[in-house]
Amino acid sequence: MRIARTESVATHALLVLASVVAVFPLVSIVVSSLDGSSGGLSLSSYSSAWTQGRFGSALLSSALVSVTVVVATVILASLAGYALATMRVPGGRIILGLLLLGLVLPYEVTVLPLYEMLAGWHLIDTYWALILPQIALSVPLGVLWMRSFFASVPQELLEAARIDGTSRFQTLRLVVLPIAGPALTTLGTVLFLFTWNEFLLALILVPDNAAVQTVPLALSFFSGAARSSDPAVTAAAAVLVALPVLLAYTVLQRRLISGLTEGAVK
Amino acid sequence: MSTVAPARDRGPAHRAADTGRPRRPHRRLSSSLSSLSWSSLLYVAPALAFFGVFVLYPIGVSVWYSFYAYDGLTVGTPVGWDNYTAVFTDSQLRAALLHSLLLLFFYAALPVSVGLLLAGAMSRIRVYGLTLFRAVLFVPQILSSVVVAVAWRNLLAEDGPVNAVLRAVGLGRFATSWLGNFDTALPSIGVVGTWVEYGLCMVLFLSGIVAIDRSTYEAARLDGAGAVREFFSITLPALRPQISIALILTVTFALRNFDLIWNTTRGGPGTSTTVPSLYVYQDAFQNRMLGRASALAIVLTVVILLVVVAVQLLLRERDGTRSGPVRRGLARRGLERSRLARPAGKKAQS
Repeated sequence: MRIARTESVATHALLVLASVVAVFPLVSIVVSSLDGSSGGLSLSSYSSAWTQGRFGSALLSSALVSVTVVVATVILASLAGYALATMRVPGGRIILGLLLLGLVLPYEVTVLPLYEMLAGWHLIDTYWALILPQIALSVPLGVLWMRSFFASVPQELLEAARIDGTSRFQTLRLVVLPIAGPALTTLGTVLFLFTWNEFLLALILVPDNAAVQTVPLALSFFSGAARSSDPAVTAAAAVLVALPVLLAYTVLQRRLISGLTEGAVK
Repeated sequence: MSTVAPARDRGPAHRAADTGRPRRPHRRLSSSLSSLSWSSLLYVAPALAFFGVFVLYPIGVSVWYSFYAYDGLTVGTPVGWDNYTAVFTDSQLRAALLHSLLLLFFYAALPVSVGLLLAGAMSRIRVYGLTLFRAVLFVPQILSSVVVAVAWRNLLAEDGPVNAVLRAVGLGRFATSWLGNFDTALPSIGVVGTWVEYGLCMVLFLSGIVAIDRSTYEAARLDGAGAVREFFSITLPALRPQISIALILTVTFALRNFDLIWNTTRGGPGTSTTVPSLYVYQDAFQNRMLGRASALAIVLTVVILLVVVAVQLLLRERDGTRSGPVRRGLARRGLERSRLARPAGKKAQS
């Protein structure tokens, strides 16, 4: 009994240590962002970051891009996932194989032709350059996720709807989607996180238009330029970038973790 | 974007399909399942169109470019496999590949080991505040890599907290500008990678441990198994699917790894922290060597795909071989679970 007690205390101590390490970098930038030049606590770094780094506009861009990508992907993924789970889609096996491939593919391999294609369409440095490719990159995860949800819907439910003479699209809209809330929320949260944090695509596809740049890119430029200047302002900017995601995380924490881990297990 | 790997254990699913129960009679009535439904393509088409235009087509173009010397402006000249030869013979690119290998240790091996050790310890006790620990440990995963870079640049700076601690405990002679020093920059970035990934691994392994039947542990303890034995004969085999996912996620992250490097060192000082993805970007968008950039990107892709396949093959559940009753029981439970996730028979039909 005594040994078990010691072991329990030791393991909890390890857990506490691991948790402290996990949040320490975040806490450290919050602390240095509040560090006023006169030594006391101050929020002046935030107002400097907001005005110098144009983070107001960057936050709006990020929100616009992320919400559009999430909504579009969820719609496309629901349609395709529904068909792949409940109908005999011609070439279904090949489609699934391609989507699985898309999940692990490093998208670095697509960026150069993507740039040239979007440049040809005169879309570089517009919102479209961020939105269109990110919908496409979210499709594999979205479709496979929704497919495995639709496959878990009891057959009896679909049969009953069919016998009642409901069309397949109506079954999706009136029978299946209303119970898909949790699956859709989880998928939406995960996609929002990925889109919000996306960096390389923004760096390549909207390099010269500050008006459409998202927060990770704005922060990267800002901290690169401000490297020699006030670290408190850079820290404040970083906190501003992390804040929306952290807020979403506090509310949807359980869903996000299960989406990112169990999603992978399925 | 592909941070969530497929990592679906396809083995059991296929087996579930093979051993499928006799078909339910009403299946026969269902016309949508008995013959190909061409109208179903209407549902799939919009998603596939996006995927085809913005993912598959660009990959095809990359493959095409990789056989040309092309600067993006003038007409390219075909060069056969030269770009690929360059990837493996150019000393700078070789160095970058070696850096990636070292980072694999920090980004994948270390987090998985730390995660396993902690998860193993946690499997033996009742953990208080599990939800809170999970939430906190997962924080590094949700932060933008740019935020992570800013935070760690502060921590590892000449006058940063890490050096302050070193000086405080009398190890001041080791204090250095961690990311600016030729010898310490690469391992320092490695440590950041370990930090990003270990929480994910732990959370993954915890979800696996929760699913292990407690009575297995009790039985092992009655048989006199110690902590080490328990770990190797129960916990480790049961976590095989989670280890497989953890490895796929961490290895992919390690091999891609553009954001973190770009926002901390940009490959410097000198070329001490260069990685392949950095050259993909620089060759494509700064040096105008589009053919070589494409070849490098293709090689990177193939390596990642090979690793994913290798991990899946090595860690798939092999029931029947060398498995005691406990293992076979666990394997069967895994199978049950995947059958729940995907109703039996469905796979065979699609």
